[in-house]
Amino acid sequence: MNEELLPLIWASFLGLSVALYVVLDGFSLGVGILFPFARDKRTKDTMMRTVLPVWDGNQTWLVGGGAALFAAFPIAFHTLLTALYLPLMVMLLALVLRGAALEFRFKTDNRRPWDIAFAGGAITAAFCQGLVLAAYVQGFGEVAEASAIDGLTLITPFGVFCGISVVTAYAMIGACWLRLKTSGGTRSWASAVITKLVPVVAVSVIAVSLWTPWLVPAIAERWFVWPNIAILSPIPIWTGGLLLALFVTARNLDTADVVPFLLALGVFLLTLTGLAVSIWPYVIPRSLTIWEAAAPANSLMFVLVGVLFVVPVILLYTAHAYYVFRGKVGDNEPGY
Amino acid sequence: MEIEALMLARVQFALALGYHIIFPTFSIGLAAYMAGLRLLEYFTGERQYRKAFDYWLKYFALSFGMGVVSGVVLSYAIGTTFGRFTEVAGAVVGPLMSYEVMTAFFLEAGFLGIMLFGRERVSPLVHLLSTLLVAAGTLLSAFWILSANSWMHTPVGYEIIDGIIHAKDWFAIVFNPSFPYRLAHMVLAAMLSTTFVGAAIGAWYLHHDKHRDFGIQTLRNAVIAASILAPLQIFVGDLHGLNTLEHQPIKVAAMEGHWETGGNVPLLLFALPDQAAEKNHFEIGIPNITSLILTHSLDGEVQGLKSVPPEDRPPVAPVFFSFRVMVGLGLLMLLLAWYGLLLQMRGKLAAAGRYHAVMRFTAPIGFIAMLAGWITTEIGRQPWTVYGLLRTPDAVSQVSADKLITTLILFAVVYTGLFVAFIKVCRMLLHKGPHPDAVKSGIVHDVESAQEPAS
Ligand code: HDD
Ligand code: HEM
Ligand code: HEM
Repeated sequence: MNEELLPLIWASFLGLSVALYVVLDGFSLGVGILFPFARDKRTKDTMMRTVLPVWDGNQTWLVGGGAALFAAFPIAFHTLLTALYLPLMVMLLALVLRGAALEFRFKTDNRRPWDIAFAGGAITAAFCQGLVLAAYVQGFGEVAEASAIDGLTLITPFGVFCGISVVTAYAMIGACWLRLKTSGGTRSWASAVITKLVPVVAVSVIAVSLWTPWLVPAIAERWFVWPNIAILSPIPIWTGGLLLALFVTARNLDTADVVPFLLALGVFLLTLTGLAVSIWPYVIPRSLTIWEAAAPANSLMFVLVGVLFVVPVILLYTAHAYYVFRGKVGDNEPGY
Repeated sequence: MEIEALMLARVQFALALGYHIIFPTFSIGLAAYMAGLRLLEYFTGERQYRKAFDYWLKYFALSFGMGVVSGVVLSYAIGTTFGRFTEVAGAVVGPLMSYEVMTAFFLEAGFLGIMLFGRERVSPLVHLLSTLLVAAGTLLSAFWILSANSWMHTPVGYEIIDGIIHAKDWFAIVFNPSFPYRLAHMVLAAMLSTTFVGAAIGAWYLHHDKHRDFGIQTLRNAVIAASILAPLQIFVGDLHGLNTLEHQPIKVAAMEGHWETGGNVPLLLFALPDQAAEKNHFEIGIPNITSLILTHSLDGEVQGLKSVPPEDRPPVAPVFFSFRVMVGLGLLMLLLAWYGLLLQMRGKLAAAGRYHAVMRFTAPIGFIAMLAGWITTEIGRQPWTVYGLLRTPDAVSQVSADKLITTLILFAVVYTGLFVAFIKVCRMLLHKGPHPDAVKSGIVHDVESAQEPAS
């Protein structure tokens, strides 16, 4: 296996981990974001039950992505974590609160603090991920420059906008998950939430898509020159199409409940593809390419063996777990 | 980087790790016990195993959840606080951690849901297998992370190119010289600590005259397990020390508070090591015993701290004291376990009121010994992060002191709050006791619908 190909395979694996994390923990966090808006305690209980058996596995993709970055692109791991120190640390603490709330809430009589931890943790974590994303696409140079970044300077209008966009996007996919997993009042509430959120998400996708190239000329050059613009145009067109379809199917309570979720999934994957197009071939935008940052081939090879054999198995038993917990979560199902 | 930021980074990392490791210790031990209960239930069909399994499941869910969330923090904290380390040693440590994620974390996560909530949805066999796989996952996790950690103590199988450590021989790296000892010692520590939680809970019920059947079952199992595990742990600890003597003699010198190289080394029971004066104050020791333990001869020569320049010595006092705490508690656990065994063999365990009264307080001792062990090991490695290759001041990230202060305070607040909550909920579970109707309704998670008659 040559030195060109290995980093490429690793970058794809990293991309896969990030995508799976964003989609899977996206909906778990989304349920947390919608939590304060639920009508009553029963609905809240049901909402939490939909994610209880799967949230740990979902979140593990964050650890998987981190470990892959550490193993395959150690310099990038160092640079990224140094530059984004504050938002990442706050995000991790928020995830701590969110996770603890999931385990504690049903075991205590006083649920208020855990309600707050669950929703507050989810909202904060999602917002920080938006800040991280905004800073990341803009790039931050080498480690030395990165370490000089003051956490507060990341709170730019663009950063805040991305933060809010991630919160709403997660809320949207979370609502699609609830539509899939619940019945009765909760299901129709979730559908109404989706129809409210789709326009907001559409606007923020458009805004971010225009704002980013305006801030970063290199990204504008990637997208808005011939023939790229023609080759890449399916990405925005399909995103728009899927959002429209999502809006329509969510309103119609007779469509199969899995459809809105799949459409939202498509929207997420397309936007992530767009992101990949914008940053390619860098792992730290415009300062380190995946080849420059790659670990020695020997290390890449050692883990690749594991990736090729173990990851398919992981995907299989993860699918099995989702299959075991398929179907609707009843309002009073006790086993959860 | 300036001293202040270095200290803050180390304190923060030590806090994050010290907090995290408490939960894995319990999860590893409890997962193994629960796997045993689940197996017994499957093959005998007896209700008592089901009842015990359901009882422990709640503690397990809490501990596991806390382990997971604090672990996620760690996997990134390593990069945020020890960034230079991740860059220099990433090619070796990164792959080991990746294997941990792939073989252990996903496995645990993939089957935890079924173990916790899936009983009514899968066949008993699948539930049994899920429980076994979760337990296996916790052990695999210990395998990989301890391999990585041991490699930092006894690095082998590498070459250094342009200041970056490259892996040369993966087999040698994974099975580095201190790894087998550290793995055995830590896994035993997890089991032993957990048995003392079991013993304490069992004793608590007996002491308060509640749930007597469950209490005696739990106490008996715990005492029997501990009376095997405690001596085993001491034996493995001794081997571990001999291995350390071979690879990190200065760490052992710090553990023993031993300054001058020479023979006839006494075993110090107490002393106040003085780093600046290069000697101890108020020594109380038993002559020649350290020589005997370490070299198996009364006048054997042991390398002293002064054989290396001061900048290559670890801080002696914390290593010296934490080592004594660990060993002292290890001996105490042996004593308590064997006394309990004696009572059991005489058929008096159920009625030994005074023993119950003492044992109900012993839940934390394993954890204190375990933390003391880690402090010995990690501070004893100083001033190195990767022994002999990378010094700690060269390993940290370039993060400024004010950022570190901010996050350190945030961490301290959140972690303290959660720990208090954890203890409170565990106490609540303790007071509630095993659920008499658990089998009928399969309720594990919902206190409201799982109300039990006042008992
Ligand atoms: C002896 C065992 C041991 C040690 C020394 C450590 N851990 Fe740990 N860790 C476990 C044993 C464990 C476990 C038993 O597998 C956990 C704890 C409880 C649990 O829920 O899984 C876990 C969970 C856990 C998780 C969450 C996994 C998930 O998402 O499911 C992460 C990311 C880490 N750990 C990372 C670390 C790092 C970076 C460490 C050191 C620097 C570390 N652990 C030390
Ligand atoms: C009583 C006899 C014991 C002896 C002689 C002993 C010996 C040792 C030694 C020599 C080390 C340091 C090894 C190194 O850094 O290279 C160590 C570390 C450690 N000990 Fe012990 N130990 C004993 C009891 C215990 C007990 C009872 C526990 C916990 C329940 C425990 C938990 C640990 C842990 C967690 C570490 C750090 C990890 C490691 O390096 O293995 N030890 N022990
Ligand atoms: C889980 C139990 C562990 C505990 C309680 C523990 C404890 C500590 C403590 C107290 C320090 C600070 C020492 C000092 O700065 O004076 C430290 C440092 C460190 N540990 Fe451990 N440790 C554990 C396991 C690990 C593992 C498994 C790894 C890596 C795979 C690891 C990697 C490090 C690193 C990178 C440092 C910082 C550099 C240094 O100070 O040497 N530790 N740890």
